[in-house]
Amino acid sequence: MALMVVKFDLKKRVKLAQTVWFMYWFAVLAGILVLSLGLFFKIELRKRSELMDNNESHFLPNLLIAMGLIACGMNAFGGKVCYDSLDPIKFAKWKPMLKPFLVFCLGFNALLVVTALLCFVMRIPLQFTLAEGLKNGMKYYKDTDTPGRCYMKRTLDLMQMEFRCCGNDHYRDWFEIQWVSNRYLDFSAKEVKDRIGSNVDGQYLMDGVPFSCCNPSSPRPCIQHQMTNNSAHYSYDHYTEELNVWRRGCRDALLSYYGGIMNTIGALVCTLNPLQVAVTIGLQYVDSSLSTLANPEDIESESEGFLLEKTVKETFTDIMAKMKAMGKGTKVEEGGEEGVATPQEGGFSS
Amino acid sequence: MAVGKITFTKTEREKLAEVLWLLNWISVVTGAILFGLGLFLKIEIQKWQEVMSEQGILYVPHMLITTGLAACGINYLGSKICLDCADTNKFLRWKLVMMPYIVCTFFFTACVLAGALMCYSVRSQLEESLYLGLRNTMRFYKDTDTPGRCYLKKTLDLLQIQFQCCGNADYRDWFQIQWVSNRYLDMTDSAVVDRVRSNVDGKYLMDSVPFSCCSTLSSRPCIQHNLSNPAAHAHYDEQSQQLNLWRRGCQQALLDHYTGIMQSIGLTVLLIWLFEVLLVLTGVRYLQTAMENVIRLGDPESESEGWILENSLAETACYNFNIIKNLGKCYQVDDDPNINVPTAAADREVPSHQVRVNVAS
Repeated sequence: MALMVVKFDLKKRVKLAQTVWFMYWFAVLAGILVLSLGLFFKIELRKRSELMDNNESHFLPNLLIAMGLIACGMNAFGGKVCYDSLDPIKFAKWKPMLKPFLVFCLGFNALLVVTALLCFVMRIPLQFTLAEGLKNGMKYYKDTDTPGRCYMKRTLDLMQMEFRCCGNDHYRDWFEIQWVSNRYLDFSAKEVKDRIGSNVDGQYLMDGVPFSCCNPSSPRPCIQHQMTNNSAHYSYDHYTEELNVWRRGCRDALLSYYGGIMNTIGALVCTLNPLQVAVTIGLQYVDSSLSTLANPEDIESESEGFLLEKTVKETFTDIMAKMKAMGKGTKVEEGGEEGVATPQEGGFSS
Repeated sequence: MAVGKITFTKTEREKLAEVLWLLNWISVVTGAILFGLGLFLKIEIQKWQEVMSEQGILYVPHMLITTGLAACGINYLGSKICLDCADTNKFLRWKLVMMPYIVCTFFFTACVLAGALMCYSVRSQLEESLYLGLRNTMRFYKDTDTPGRCYLKKTLDLLQIQFQCCGNADYRDWFQIQWVSNRYLDMTDSAVVDRVRSNVDGKYLMDSVPFSCCSTLSSRPCIQHNLSNPAAHAHYDEQSQQLNLWRRGCQQALLDHYTGIMQSIGLTVLLIWLFEVLLVLTGVRYLQTAMENVIRLGDPESESEGWILENSLAETACYNFNIIKNLGKCYQVDDDPNINVPTAAADREVPSHQVRVNVAS
C-alpha cells in the first residue's frame, strides 16, 4: 500500500513538472543567498580576528558556504530533471540517477536543519573567544613598537568608536591595566615613581581611559583622566555622570553584533528549509508518476504518483534488511575462503 | 539646402521607429538614474547641512531631480509616439504633438547640460559656505544648553572623527575660540580668572583641542592639552607631534568629499546628455521630418527624406529671428495692409459668367 497516492493524467503531470521546475529556481536563488550570507559572515569575522586573538572558529561560515554551493548545484540539477521530465526520451537519461539523488536530497535537508540549529548555538563559544581576545587586546594596547602587535591600538580605538563601547565589560577595565607605554613616561617625575611604586607589579595604573571611549553626545568636553576624583573637575560627579564615556562593554557590543548576524542567518535557513523539503517531495511525485504509467508507450495515459512505494513500516524494514544483507555478504565470503584453505593444508601434511 | 538630409524607404522608417522606441525606453531609465543621482546628492548635502552657512548649493540636486523627472515623462511619451510612427495611420494622431515634443526634448537636454556644468562650477560657493559654517559651528561648540545649538557639539565631533580632520583650516583654530562652556569653569579658581582676564573679550582660551581631533594612527596616547609646549610632555618629538592629531582642516576635508561626489555625478550626467542629444534627439527629429514628408507626398509606401534642419543653419536662424521680431509687432496697427482700405462699390461688382468647357470623349 503506497503512501499518499495521487492520480495523474497528462495535464496534471505537466502542471506538476512546471510548478516543481519553478520552485527549483527559487531554491537555487535561496542557495545563492545562503552562500553570500556565509561569505559575508566569514568576512566580518576576518575583519576583527585581531580582537579575537585569531582564535575564532570559522566552522559555521565555511559550513554555510558549502551548503550554499551544494544547494545551488542540487537544485539546478533537480530543475533540469523536471524540465526534461516532459520529454520521455530525455527523462530516460536521468531515470537511473533519481533514486540516489532523492536519498541525497533527504540527507541534505537534515543537514540544513542542523546548520540552522548551529547558527543559534555557536554564540556561546564566540562569547568566550571574544572575552579572551579583548582582554589580551587591551593588554597589548600600549605595545605599538612590538612587531605583530603594533596595530592593536588603532584596531581597539576604531572598534571602541564604531561600536560605542569602552573596555571589556565596563570602562573601569582600563583602570586595571597599563595602557600608556613606558616610552612615554617621565621616570624622573615624582608622581610617576609614586604610582609605579604603589602597586605590586610595578605598573603605571591610572583612573583614566583612552580618547576613543569618549561619547560625542556629552554636553561637556570629555573627561578622560582622574575620572574617579570628583574634586579634580568642576561640577563633576562620576557616580551620576552618564554621558561622559561609553557605558557599554565591548564584549557585549561585539557579541550582540555577531549574534544578530547569526540569528538572521539562522532564521533565514529555517525559512528556506520548507522550500527545500517541498521541492524534494515534488521531484519524488514527478519521478513516481512517470514510472507508473498504465501504458508505458502512451505518454497520455494515466498514472499514479506516491511519496513512498510501501508504507513507512515496510520501507523501514526493507532498508534494515538491505543493510543486514550487505553486512552478511562480507561474512559469507570470509567463511568460504577458510573452507577452501584447510583441505590444501591437510594435503601437504601427509 | 537642408542640413543632414537622408532618404528613408518604408522599411527603414519602420526600423527607425522601432529603434527609437527602444532608445526612448533606455532614456526613461537614464532619467530615473538622473533623479536618483539628484536625490543622493541632496541627502549627502543635508547630512552635513549644519556645518554649512547656507544651503544655496541645493539648487544643483534640485535641478537634477526635476530634470530627471521631466526626462522620464518626456521619454515615456516619446516611446509611445515612436511606437505609433511605425504605422502611417497612427502617426496622424500625433502629427500636431511632434513638433512641441521635439522642442521640449531640446530644452530638457539643454537643462541636463546645464545641470552637468553646474556640478563643476559650484566649488567656490561651497568653499565659502563651508568656511563660514564651520567657523560658526566651532563658536557654538560649547553651547550645548542653548536650544537650536545643543547638537552642534555632537555634529562637529562626529564630523572630525569621520572625516579625520581638526578645526577649520588647521587644529590651531581651536586655540582661538572658547570651546569649554562657562558652566564647567570654576570661576573662583585664580588660574581660570587669570586666563579669562588675559584676553580682550574675556574668553577662556587654551592651547588644547577636543578629543575628536585625536588621530587613531598615533602610536602614543593622545595629547590634547598644552599643545604649544612640547616640552611639557615626555619624549614628545617631531614625529609624535605629526601623528598625534589629525593635520587636515575640516573645510578641506569636506570640500574634497563633495567635489569628488559632484565630479562623478557631473561626468555621468554629461554622458547621459551626449546619449540624449546624439541618439535620441537626432533620431526623433529624422523620424518626424520623414513622416511629415510622407504625409506631404501622400503615398505611405514611397520613400521620403528626413533632415535636421529644412534650410541651412543661417536661413533657419534668420527665419526664427523674424518670427520673434513679428511677435513683438502684433500690437503695431499701422503696418496692417487690411485696415482703412476702401471696399469696392456694389455696382462695380462683376457678375459671374458661365464658361463652356469642351470635354473630349
